[in-house]
This record gives sequence, structure tokens and C-alpha cells, in this order.
Amino acid sequence: MNLYAIRAIYRFEMARTGRTLLQSIVSPVISTSLYFVVFGAAIGSHMNGIDGVSYGAFIVPGLIMLSLLTQSISNASFGIYFPKFVGTIYEILSAPVSPFEIVAGYVGAAASKSVILGLIILATARLFVPFDIEHPLWMLAFLLLTAVTFSLFGFIIGIWADNFEKLQLVPLLVVTPLTFLGGSFYSIHMLPPLWQKVTLFNPVVYLISGFRWSFYGKADVGMGISVGMTVVFLALCLAAVWWIFRSGYRLKA
Amino acid sequence: MQPIIEVRHLGKTYASGFQALKRIDLEIRRGEIFALLGPNGAGKTTLISIICGIVNPSEGSVLADGHDVVRDYRAARAKIGLVPQELTTDAFETVWNTVSFSRGLFGKSANPAHIEKVLKDLSLWDKRNSKLITLSGGMKRRVMIAKALSHEPQILFLDEPTAGVDVELRRDMWAMVRALRASGVTIILTTHYIEEAEEMADRIGVIHKGELILVEDKAALMAKLGRKQLTLHLQHPLQAIPAALAGYPLRLSDEGRQLVYTFDAQGEHSGIDVLLRRLGEAGIDFRDLQTRQSSLEDIFVDLLRARA
Repeated sequence: MNLYAIRAIYRFEMARTGRTLLQSIVSPVISTSLYFVVFGAAIGSHMNGIDGVSYGAFIVPGLIMLSLLTQSISNASFGIYFPKFVGTIYEILSAPVSPFEIVAGYVGAAASKSVILGLIILATARLFVPFDIEHPLWMLAFLLLTAVTFSLFGFIIGIWADNFEKLQLVPLLVVTPLTFLGGSFYSIHMLPPLWQKVTLFNPVVYLISGFRWSFYGKADVGMGISVGMTVVFLALCLAAVWWIFRSGYRLKA
Repeated sequence: MQPIIEVRHLGKTYASGFQALKRIDLEIRRGEIFALLGPNGAGKTTLISIICGIVNPSEGSVLADGHDVVRDYRAARAKIGLVPQELTTDAFETVWNTVSFSRGLFGKSANPAHIEKVLKDLSLWDKRNSKLITLSGGMKRRVMIAKALSHEPQILFLDEPTAGVDVELRRDMWAMVRALRASGVTIILTTHYIEEAEEMADRIGVIHKGELILVEDKAALMAKLGRKQLTLHLQHPLQAIPAALAGYPLRLSDEGRQLVYTFDAQGEHSGIDVLLRRLGEAGIDFRDLQTRQSSLEDIFVDLLRARA
């Protein structure tokens, strides 16, 4: 195991966050704060609570998930796409590193960033609405699992993309809609019966439901199913990454 | 002694169907400077890229210091440093950080003393805290060499190291390559500046359309294929070569004002003495003469022309 290489890649990526602090950390925090002002304070004050939780508090887990997903994907996809784009990838490919070590470095850094970001948003949210976390360990576990899974997904997108447009395509066209429709701002029980069924095909539903359970002990779908679905998605991403390195897809001629 | 690099039946056909390498066999000796010559698109970079692990071979194998570059890539790659042709750097990193990054990537523990030495050897020490984006092209080239040397490789690949580099930096680089060789590093460089190979290399390989058409000691190559020319500047122009001199490989140039005699550099008898005597007998006077040995460039052009 080339631990020095994992550390080198990890530190390189984290240094990039440091340099782009404003866009990496500050802007998601600002946009999340805006959500709280609009949905939590302005609109939420006119709404009844959901499942006995005030609306402002109800959307906290969903908003954190929204940032976690989009940030994991954009951090990880940009992290691997950029060296491909400028050509510095030659050094990674010619180094004595295994695919696992490359992924550990890039995905580890991307996931770390999003977890840090998630925690910052959590602290920001606490300034706007009061809430308690019933299962803090589960909350952290979900945060980590989601960050790693979606950073892997972002890594795959970064490998697949051969221009900047494609890099934005999946997050914009797939992930953001799925997150909004995945119950960030509502309980899926509020949907008409047919849509309740349809929405179960949306993987993000399970993430948000599970994450919300760790806060308030209430979930749209069973906790076991939530964890199970996330692990399935993680396994799919791992399989895709394994195939990428085995075939050299978009990395090696 | 076992060669440090052994290339066996190495072939590469890209997905487009383009056959970049055709079953190449090559051995690089420990501690030598080997120059790989060839026109653009000949397969030089493909060969290097396969050895370094950037491109997958279609057939054949490569051993680097006894380690197969595919099966035992960790051990093989740890011995190799690569300076690619393109200037690709992380614009916002500092020189110190990017060189330290390379060392870690190649699995070596941090060693600031070594990094310091590498930077000083390459006249980069003053720039250690500069961001790469602020450096000139020549400086970036030095940084890429520093990155390749950061993990103390035994084999160094320099792909077109002096392309677009000014004369001073080129001289510096040659001096550095010699110093590296003196410290036991094997160096493989590709170039299409023949002057560079002539100046630096111990051995030369010529690659053309994916085939290695020649591998030879530089000195032997220049002696074997090199030719000498004697040019006589005549007092009075000649219309044609006099019959008395028929049988000599002579030709007239500069509208008959020059007589050019070509002969093998390695021949025991150049024949110059006899030729000059014959000229005297034929009453042909000359006011000046010069001899010239063909350069590696002439040899190279001849080789490729013979193949065309």
C-alpha cells in the first residue's frame, strides 16, 4: 500500500479547497442560509409542522443532503477531470499507485470536504431554527456514507466527462431534480398515492429519509431500507470504478 | 550485466487502428544515455508511454530493472522518472509543493534535503515559493524535471527535453543530464534535434513508422555511416569532369567552380593524395580546399530516405 501517495493526493486536493475556499465552502453556506430564510423563516412560519416537527426544522436534513450530494459530486468530478484536462494526469498514471490508492486519495478528499461542509451547514441551520439530533452517531454515519458514495459517483462522472459541459450535465439534469423531488422540502406522504409509488424509484428519497430519521426519529421509509439502498448505490459505484481502471476507460489508450 | 530496460516484441495498435509500434525489441544498458531519434509520429512517445505505464501495450512486454511494467508495475514505476513533452503543470501550486507532491506520489517519505538539492541543481531554489503559473516556459520545464527527479529514479525519460528551450537552458540541461549519468542514472531521451543526440548520447536508436530501424553506438554509427567530403575551390571553372579523373566519385558544384570528392570516413586510404596528384597532372589549379565530416543529421536523413 502506497500510503505516501494517498496522502499526497489527499493533501493536494485539500489544498485546492483551501485556495478556492470561497466557492468551496462559503457559497454553499450562503445559498443554504437563503433557503432557511425563505423556506424556514418566511414561508415555514405560515405552515403547520410535519410529523410533529416544525417546518423549519423539518427541512434541515434535506438541505444538508442537497448540499452534500451536489458538493460531493462537483468536488470529486472536478478533482479528477481537471488533471485529465490540463494533462497532469500523466504523473498519476506513471506513478506506482494502485487504482484503490488513486480513488482513496481523490474520493477521500472530496468526501472530507463535503462532510466538513455538511457540518458547517448544520451549525448554520442551528442559528435559524432550534432542533435536536436524536441519533447523532447515525447522523454522522449517514453523512459519511452519503459523502463517500456520491464522491465516488462524482469521480465516475469526472472520468467520463471529456468536456466541461458534460461535467455539469449529470449534476444539473439528474442529481438536482432527484434531490428536490426526493423529499428535501416535504414528506413523501404528502404526495398523491401514485406519486408516492413513483418516487420510491428515486434513490435520493432513501438518503433523505434515513438522514431525517437520525434527526427526529421519523422516516418516510424504513431505516433498514434506507441504509440498504445507499449501500447498493455505493456498490454500483465501486463496480463502475473497478471497471474503469480495469479497462483503462478514458484514462489509458 | 543485465540491461536496465528490456523491450520484447512490443507492439501498439490504437483503437483507431493506427499501428504506432510494430514488435519492437530494445535493450537499454545500465548507466548509458540513449537517444531515440525519429520524425514526428514515428512512435517515440508511444514507446516511452508504454514503459512508463501511461499507455497499455497491445503485445509484448517490458522489463524495467527486471520488473515487468504491467504485472509488477509498482516496483517498475518506482525506478522511473518521466519528463513528458508537454508542459503540463498545476498552475496554482508552488514549486516546492508540486515537487514534494511528486515524491509522495512515488511512495517516498518526505525528504526536504533531497528536494532542496534537486531545486538548487536546477536553479529553481529562488523560485521555490512561486506559483507555477508565474514561471516562464523554461522554468516550467525545469520544474517538470525536478518532479521527475524528486523520488530519486534510476531511469530517467526525457521526452523532447529541449523543444522550445533557449540555448542557455539547453546547455544547462545537457550539463545536468551528464551529471545525472555520472551519478549512475540511466537516461533515455527522445529528440528530433540531431545535434542533441550527437552531443549527448552514448547510443542511438532510430525509430521510423513504428519500427526500430537502427540501434548503434554513436561513435560507431558516425564512423560507419558517416562520410567525408573534400571540396576544392577551383581557379578556373570546369564545364565537365575531365576524362583523366573519370572513375573518381566526383561532382561539380557552384557552376563548375567547386569540385566535390566524397569518401568513406573509416577507409584506410582516403585517396586524397592520389586525387590531388592527378589534378596537378591534368593542370587543374585550386585556390582553397576544405574537408567536412557528415553530421548525424546527414546520416539520419540518408537512413530515412533509404527507407522511403
